[in-house]
Amino acid sequence: MSTVVLLVVTGLGLGALYFLIASGLSLIFGLMDVLNFAHGAFLTIGAYATWWASVYLPGAGGDGVGFLVAVAFGVAAGTLAATLVELGVIRPLYGRHREQILVTVGLSLAVPALVQAIWGADPLPFPRPELVSGTVTLLGAAIPTDRFLLIAVAALVLAGLLLFGTRTRYGLIVRAGVEDRAMVTALGIDVRKSFTLVFAIGGAAAALAGALGGLYFGVITPFQGTSLLVFAFIVVVIGGTTSTVGCAVASVAVGMVQQFANYYTVAGLGDIAVVIVLAAVLLTRQGGLAKATAGRVA
Amino acid sequence: MNVDTDTKHTTEAPAAPAAPVAEAVRRPRRVPAWVAPAVVAVVLLSLPFSTLRIPGLFEGTLNSPSTLHVLATCLVLGGLATSYDLLYGRVGLLSFGHALYFAAGAYLAVLLMGILELPLLWSALIAVASGTLLALVLGAISLRVSGIALAMVTLAFAQAGSILVVRDPGRMTGGEEGLSLNPDLVPDAFIGVVNTVNLYWLAVGYVVVALGVVWWLSATPVGRVWQGIRANEQRVSVLGVNPYPYKLAAFTVAGALASLGGVVYLVVSGGVTPAITTAEFTLTLLVMVSLGGAGTRWGPLVGAVVYTYVDHRLLQLAASDVFDGLPAVVRAPLSQPLFILGTLFVLLVFFFPGGLAALPSRIHAALRRRAAAA
Repeated sequence: MSTVVLLVVTGLGLGALYFLIASGLSLIFGLMDVLNFAHGAFLTIGAYATWWASVYLPGAGGDGVGFLVAVAFGVAAGTLAATLVELGVIRPLYGRHREQILVTVGLSLAVPALVQAIWGADPLPFPRPELVSGTVTLLGAAIPTDRFLLIAVAALVLAGLLLFGTRTRYGLIVRAGVEDRAMVTALGIDVRKSFTLVFAIGGAAAALAGALGGLYFGVITPFQGTSLLVFAFIVVVIGGTTSTVGCAVASVAVGMVQQFANYYTVAGLGDIAVVIVLAAVLLTRQGGLAKATAGRVA
Repeated sequence: MNVDTDTKHTTEAPAAPAAPVAEAVRRPRRVPAWVAPAVVAVVLLSLPFSTLRIPGLFEGTLNSPSTLHVLATCLVLGGLATSYDLLYGRVGLLSFGHALYFAAGAYLAVLLMGILELPLLWSALIAVASGTLLALVLGAISLRVSGIALAMVTLAFAQAGSILVVRDPGRMTGGEEGLSLNPDLVPDAFIGVVNTVNLYWLAVGYVVVALGVVWWLSATPVGRVWQGIRANEQRVSVLGVNPYPYKLAAFTVAGALASLGGVVYLVVSGGVTPAITTAEFTLTLLVMVSLGGAGTRWGPLVGAVVYTYVDHRLLQLAASDVFDGLPAVVRAPLSQPLFILGTLFVLLVFFFPGGLAALPSRIHAALRRRAAAA
């Protein structure tokens, strides 16, 4: 029983991490048809900015309020990076999906390499605040406290995104744009303004995932984002791009499958089990994502 | 081919063997179509016999083992990029899992030799056959979706392979360390520094096979359906042709060529590391193809040769003391080839669409404009 509880909570924590990455990814993809390979780079930027702030920034630190300041700094850096990428690189290539993908591919290679050039390829130890170090006993299972933080933050982000989507004008435009971009444009609304916004939101969530991923794994590496991104892609394919809730469900499912398969079979098989689930979804559902995208992306 | 052209092109060969060639392709009326492949073939065949020194580009003479080894690696990746372009440039399929089939060929061959102690030829045959089968099966699943979803699905399959290799089940794949070739099972002709030239011939052979298969298939009726799918898949199916088997055929052939390339790569580099299984490796293939020019005859080969050479050279420079005089802010990024190549690629997409293969026609157009203005 205690093992199951531990696996469930850890799986939820991992799913929370995936959700933070995949939610931005699926928003960007749903609205703009841009498969954003640079999303992993935003995560790397967020993680390293948080680490840097906790060490060097006055007022920030590895514990308590200082850590919150450091995370805020990391999220701000990720948001800024995403906004700059959208304005500087994606915007001039609107309507040319292939080129947009190629550009984000270039960034996904260049940014982690730059980070590696500055801080080295070795894993850097990530600060761990007092509050989330150690374990909590729940139903007989000793669970690392940071898992709860991850789940709570992801739940907050989910609630925030849902509120943004239903209660604000921009959220309405974004949701309508995901549904049918041409129609929104035909109604005289400039959908492109919300592109930058969506990128900024995605960048912020990815940077937050970077900081929380640092807690989850204990260390940060330059190419961490790229490997997490692959699972986020899988989440997006399984969950579809039309709803944030679908994305959350898929994130949890992928995190759970991974944790349980990793524990009850050979370590490493969990990651492969996720791919098998993906194949099964594709074979049975005739590709949930494909229906929405086949006609839109060459 | 007379001696004159031969020597002339030998001097230019390492930087961009096909630059004059692509020009020839652009002007079919003045130059027969066979000239371009002939010139490239002569250049490639004469390189190991040339004692020319090209200071700045290569350290030793052209036929020195180190130079030949660099060239062999460049050519293997050139063939691999050509096979990737069959999907990306010719059929318009965006696959992010091509590394899987390359790695499958390399790893299966080295495992067959290591565990069953099969000789190289048999291991190579079985590895290529299995790689082809893998491409057929995974292609059949992934091609149920198209567009971006296909990119994500192929990426996921390749990632599964990459994880499998790194996690090292049963201590077979060597994990992060990779595996090295058992020299006892490899024919003597491929062993030792003296025989580097044979590795070069092997790489040349692979490039010829890859280019030959891709060109030949593109000229067949199947190739014409591919062209149609690339231009407009919906219209192809409206015309009564089911695109699925054609796409699957392209996927399988590209996978077969990639696993063959994996085996050749294994022999040329004397071992494998998990670096060739990663998503980054497929992304660099995409960079190579776009650099050279997707869907063109020579583009992928040229792009891959240039990319691999520059990558190799930058690593060498980073290890040497060339950058030592520079301030740390400049030196650190310069020591990361991936940073330079990634940045260059972004600039390329913006200012240089069409890649290197489009260069001759762009120069022509510019010259014509200048002539018109004057």
